Amino acid sequence: MPLPLAVAAVIVVAASFIPLGYVIAASVDTGWDTASALLFRPRVRELLTNTVMLVVVTVPICVVVGVTAAWLVERTRVFGAKVWAVLLAAPLAVPAFVNSYSWVTAIPSLGGLHGGVLIATLSYFPLVYIPAAATLRRLDPAVEESARALGVGPWAVFFRVVVPQLRLAIAGGALLVSLHLLAEYGAFVFIRFDTFTTAIFEQYQSTFNGAAATMLAGVLVLLCLTLLVTESVVRGSARYARIGSGAARRAVPAELGWRYSPIVLLFLGVLIAASVGVPVISVLRWLVIGGSTVWELDTVAAALVQTLGFGIAGAVVTCVLAFPIAWISIRHRGRFSRFLEGGTYISSSLPGIVVALALVTVSIRYLHPLYQTVTVVIAAYALLFLPRALINLRAGLAQAPVGLEEAAQSLGVSPLSAFFRVTLPLAAPATAAGGALVFLGIVNELTATLLLAPTGTRTLSMQFWSLSSEIDYAGAAPYAFIMIVLSLPMTYVLFSQSKKVAGL
Amino acid sequence: MRMRIGLMSGLALATAAVMTVSGCSDSGSDSGTDSGGANQITVYNAQHESLTQEWADAFTAETGIEVELRNGSDTELGNQLVAEGDQSPADVFLTENSPAMTLVENAGLFADVNQDVLDQVPSQYRPSSGKWTGIAARSTVFAYNKDMLPQDQLPKSLLDLQDPAWKDRWAASPSGADFQAIVSALLELKGEDATRQWLAGMKDNVRTYKGNGAVMKAVNAGEIPGGVIYHYYWFGDQAKTGENSNNVALHYFKNEDPGAFVSVSGGGVLKSSTKQDAAQQFLKFVTGQKGQEVLQTGTSFEYTVGSGVPANPKLVPLAELQAPQVDPAKLNSPQVTELMTEAGLL
Repeated sequence: MPLPLAVAAVIVVAASFIPLGYVIAASVDTGWDTASALLFRPRVRELLTNTVMLVVVTVPICVVVGVTAAWLVERTRVFGAKVWAVLLAAPLAVPAFVNSYSWVTAIPSLGGLHGGVLIATLSYFPLVYIPAAATLRRLDPAVEESARALGVGPWAVFFRVVVPQLRLAIAGGALLVSLHLLAEYGAFVFIRFDTFTTAIFEQYQSTFNGAAATMLAGVLVLLCLTLLVTESVVRGSARYARIGSGAARRAVPAELGWRYSPIVLLFLGVLIAASVGVPVISVLRWLVIGGSTVWELDTVAAALVQTLGFGIAGAVVTCVLAFPIAWISIRHRGRFSRFLEGGTYISSSLPGIVVALALVTVSIRYLHPLYQTVTVVIAAYALLFLPRALINLRAGLAQAPVGLEEAAQSLGVSPLSAFFRVTLPLAAPATAAGGALVFLGIVNELTATLLLAPTGTRTLSMQFWSLSSEIDYAGAAPYAFIMIVLSLPMTYVLFSQSKKVAGL
Repeated sequence: MRMRIGLMSGLALATAAVMTVSGCSDSGSDSGTDSGGANQITVYNAQHESLTQEWADAFTAETGIEVELRNGSDTELGNQLVAEGDQSPADVFLTENSPAMTLVENAGLFADVNQDVLDQVPSQYRPSSGKWTGIAARSTVFAYNKDMLPQDQLPKSLLDLQDPAWKDRWAASPSGADFQAIVSALLELKGEDATRQWLAGMKDNVRTYKGNGAVMKAVNAGEIPGGVIYHYYWFGDQAKTGENSNNVALHYFKNEDPGAFVSVSGGGVLKSSTKQDAAQQFLKFVTGQKGQEVLQTGTSFEYTVGSGVPANPKLVPLAELQAPQVDPAKLNSPQVTELMTEAGLL
């Protein structure tokens, strides 16, 4: 393994432990007496109940909705399956806080746990749907047919044969949904539902960076780590890959018949109307109400340019940083590469607010020249979104056989040049997809950007948040609109790329 | 070769992107006290963004000095200034309320405000130390829904709201600096035990929203009968469409009740600023005739405190509010957030 790559990978992973290290160091600093007084109080119990209930209720609903939708579009002859397949990924283009703003417009009294579950489900079910659909598409139907031939009924085939093979997709999707639930801020503030993340932000606004905020962050970190461990236990070590060459046939889609077709169409229609229809109509309605005056072109353009700048810079930097790790994990499998990957997952599962708190403190105390600079913001994005780039990069590198590179070298090209001329072009599409995903994450990021951005920065999400907080819903609408439009192509890339990545 | 071009153009794009980002906020790419150009000041702004922007635009038009705002809440920015210490990139600090000013003053971070600035503001609207000055003022009110609460059922005192009779019947935005300033006045007027007790009652009774505007909107929609906010949210909304306030009326507690508290917004110059002169000029402008006229005639509906400019005639005059006497320098924000954290409100 080339030493420079290994060193680069270790540095990236080490940097990604800064947030965790910060929380631990700050907890130690606080001292047990203060810490325990801040931890064992009714408010923390209240937040814990809210947060845990949110995860416990929302995740199963997302799994059921996501898997059902995936099965319907992939395995039945539902009318317009191809269109539904794309539409069901579209909610990802609507930031959760925009979704929440739209629903609060429609139902002003929406709030509490049921409000939180509703908004979260509509925003995040595609995180289960997309991997489930991708997996269903490439499942070998022969296994199901064998089961059926052995006399197993259709429902039993689904639950005993299909669902177990979806285990990886479901566990991965559920983990993503839960991590998003823990990190979400804006969506829950709109509907007055307090979680650890909203409470940390309030503490930050009241004391900047006090002990109480850090202690809450510590509990949040523990919750995230618990989820990571749970997922890896659920995932298990069983293998689901086909052995041998050849491609699986596409499964024969089930006929729904006149009896079930209307029900299925109604289900899909309501799901799309609630998750995409409501936000789009609501944003358009506010745009009409606001008229041309809400388009303060200078401000809107400046926010757009800054968002694009952050998004592109963040995506490129993140892909470059992910590269050494992806390379090592594909070309040098082993304990070292597993350690590297595990490291990036642990830190990126931490919510943006925790990463931001850590970087504020570190930059103010130890790296003052970087304090309140773009560098710190981009660093935060890289820490938060590294796995998005990593998963895609690995897929791309895995599809570029090492043999081709060796062949180039045997023809007299230097290893470095062989890499640039052979491997990199082959991995380029997957890298682009990874970059697109990171870009999507950055456009919709709110808390870390709010805390870290240099003075004078106005991204789309910051503008939206500032205006909607002042109850200027019409003024906020252009920003919501642009965020959705910017996210749409990225969501499509994510959707089409998922089919390739699912093989790994 | 094709790929190398692709890679190069990708890197070029990224570099361009970073340049764009930092170019749009050039103080960001500089560090420490060296922020911005010579003809630019950085204001840590906890006042309402729209109001400060009006001040900044008028100031730039008059002096040519650019003003860069970093927006946040009172205590957030106050504590941030303390954490940044003498390396702060800020030149001026503006707040909605005074406790955060005291916080920064106690950390020894403010320069003396020039005498010609102080002369523009009567002494009751600034601390005797002269380390900062009042720039505007705001009155606590109980905003209530006219259909849900008849006049005779209104609370006589802010302290009444801890009574179980008010369970789920009033709203507030406890995470906001506005509300924390009211609690700090309560703390100063009634002492720690009474405040702790009141906050415990509040925790049982209150429904929390983010921001005073959201509180008023909920009261207007009949989600809740009343809420504790500052006066100008109502006037501001009435001056626009009234869609968030037409069902709402304001109840002034008066009688020197803690609920009649008038909060002073503060402005100060950081000792660490390398642009003392421009920073003092900005404060002088804000408290001067033109700055105060922005309050009088603009859309903020906050009270004027300086240069003899009377408040907007639509407002109930400050003199009639029978506000309790509170020395702004005595208001204590760290203790307030501690008490509110203890009560489970934060």
